[in-house]
Amino acid sequence: MMTGQENHMAYREGMEAIDSDMMEKVQALVETYDYQRYTGDDVRRALRKERLSIEDYRAVLSPAAADYLEEMAAKATMETRRHFGNSIQMFTPLYISNYCENHCVYCGFNCQNRINRGKLSLEEIEEELKEIAATGLKEILLLTGEARQQSGVEYIGEAVKLSARYFSTVGIEIYPLNSDEYAYLHECGSDFVCVYQETYNTDKYEQVHLRGPKRIFPYRFHSHERALRGGMRGVAFGALLGLDDFRKDAFAVGLHAHLLQQKYPHAEISFSTPRLRPYINNATNNSNDDHERQLLQTMLAYRLFMPFAGITISTRERAGFRDHVIGMAATKISAGVRVGVGGHKAEEKGDEQLEIADPRSVPEVHQMLLSRGLQPVYTDFVRV
Amino acid sequence: MLSMNDQLVIGGHEFQSRLILGSGKFSLEMTQTVIKHGVVEMVTLALRRANVGGQENILEYIPKGITVLPNTSGARNAQEAVRIARLAREIGCGDFIKLEVIHDSKYLLPDNYETVKATEILAKEGFIVMPYMYPDLNVARALVNAGAASVMPLGAPIGSNKGLCTKDFIRILVEEIDLPFIVDAGIGRPSQACEAMEMGVDAVMCNTAIATAGNIAQMARAFKLAVEAGRAAYLAGLGRVLEARAEASSPLTGFLEEC
Repeated sequence: MMTGQENHMAYREGMEAIDSDMMEKVQALVETYDYQRYTGDDVRRALRKERLSIEDYRAVLSPAAADYLEEMAAKATMETRRHFGNSIQMFTPLYISNYCENHCVYCGFNCQNRINRGKLSLEEIEEELKEIAATGLKEILLLTGEARQQSGVEYIGEAVKLSARYFSTVGIEIYPLNSDEYAYLHECGSDFVCVYQETYNTDKYEQVHLRGPKRIFPYRFHSHERALRGGMRGVAFGALLGLDDFRKDAFAVGLHAHLLQQKYPHAEISFSTPRLRPYINNATNNSNDDHERQLLQTMLAYRLFMPFAGITISTRERAGFRDHVIGMAATKISAGVRVGVGGHKAEEKGDEQLEIADPRSVPEVHQMLLSRGLQPVYTDFVRV
Repeated sequence: MLSMNDQLVIGGHEFQSRLILGSGKFSLEMTQTVIKHGVVEMVTLALRRANVGGQENILEYIPKGITVLPNTSGARNAQEAVRIARLAREIGCGDFIKLEVIHDSKYLLPDNYETVKATEILAKEGFIVMPYMYPDLNVARALVNAGAASVMPLGAPIGSNKGLCTKDFIRILVEEIDLPFIVDAGIGRPSQACEAMEMGVDAVMCNTAIATAGNIAQMARAFKLAVEAGRAAYLAGLGRVLEARAEASSPLTGFLEEC
């Protein structure tokens, strides 16, 4: 274990510290979450309510709620329909670089993992964008590893500008930035930011983030606030379920989003529910205690606690699972996914971050949605 | 059957139907189905969903003869709403604009202050502005002064299907404001639409209530009939409803004439 190198709770020089007590609030509430003490009565009481309190949210995430998945699914379906109708947003990710300075023990991009590294040139990015745009998609999510030398903010900014030419919605899933850097990328054409805390357990966080800027827990935690202060419109939350106690992490994710929405009422909130997946040189990297039942429970709990929030279902999950949770809890689905660097137009320039379980194309996912009575939505945002 | 002369007039345009269809929560085919049944003449369109030149473009599902009412959904302030309205006009959606300014992603309640500001700008630019608003008399008066063509107060939180939770406030607006009134959000049942129309509201807008019905076409028709019934009742003048006790058949003060 390589702990004790760098204090994971202390900011590095250059990392913007904002005045916010949200992290302490989340941690205090998570510490007191003893999910074993909830009973079926608590779950039933929560499910009878129109709006769930934080205490109700604790109950529906507890093991006792496992017996009420059907009831939770029915209520979640109703809430999803009430807030989103039968609209399902479609998008795809584009990895533009897999260079990374971080050593995160669960990730295929980690700097210790011997994989093919690569970065797309701006010309290559444009070729990829054209290829993806030809599928009809209008929303793109740009991803990089964390390496300011190889994929700096200006490089990402240029990629965002190119993306905005072909897509109405440009999201970024990159390393955490200062608010002025988020403002720059917003100016370039991006409006949505995904930052997943991976785990909210600071001890576990320290154990799995051995090296690199990602090791700094609070800087990552406050990314969403900095993004909103930089003018971003929406922020996505998530934990890497299965990395630590998924119930506590899922509880923290919901709380984090809830507190942020209270502080920034205009923020568009969404959730993702990634689970550990195998990657090159680590075929056994799997979520052991967060199986599909538990994952479904987590998604349903998110929906019931924050019925207005978007939920994205990842290609990490198999098609059969995705097809059933879409419209029930999830409101956004990726299609035509490649998780290597590039790979849409030309051959991949770098290896994949993880293995995906649903390789279906855009037309295939489109048809699946229609067959389930859902409406594929290609554009749901107009930038003005 | 209502008289053909009883038309809804907004910004100089006449409509026979007093039911407006929201499209945000429908499958495009469902929208088409409802339109085919001839129950509406005006359909809202979220500009952010208009995938012009792309797949599943709602504009292709709205036939000629139906008035497209683009909305500014997604606007968080007056400035964004104005820009979205201008874009709607640029892509050929005409001068109608349903103004929505929402600064709260949880409850989706309208921001009345920003709505007034945007109304003033858009009305000056020749838009037929139909602002979605929380039913507040002072704001409604400000909207009139800003040049709104109608007022669209919410009946209940959007998508809630709870009916006329704001009934008493809408009634005040109907009495005091001389503009067409369209109850926008919250109507969940045909009976609630009927009740709104009986109060003197000029039209009702529905989305979730029809979109989430078991039989969409049938529910759309039920709403059409309810809106017509409510309108007819309003025009007929509702009969008196005695509240605490029966009315004496002879005047209680008749004795005053005895000598």
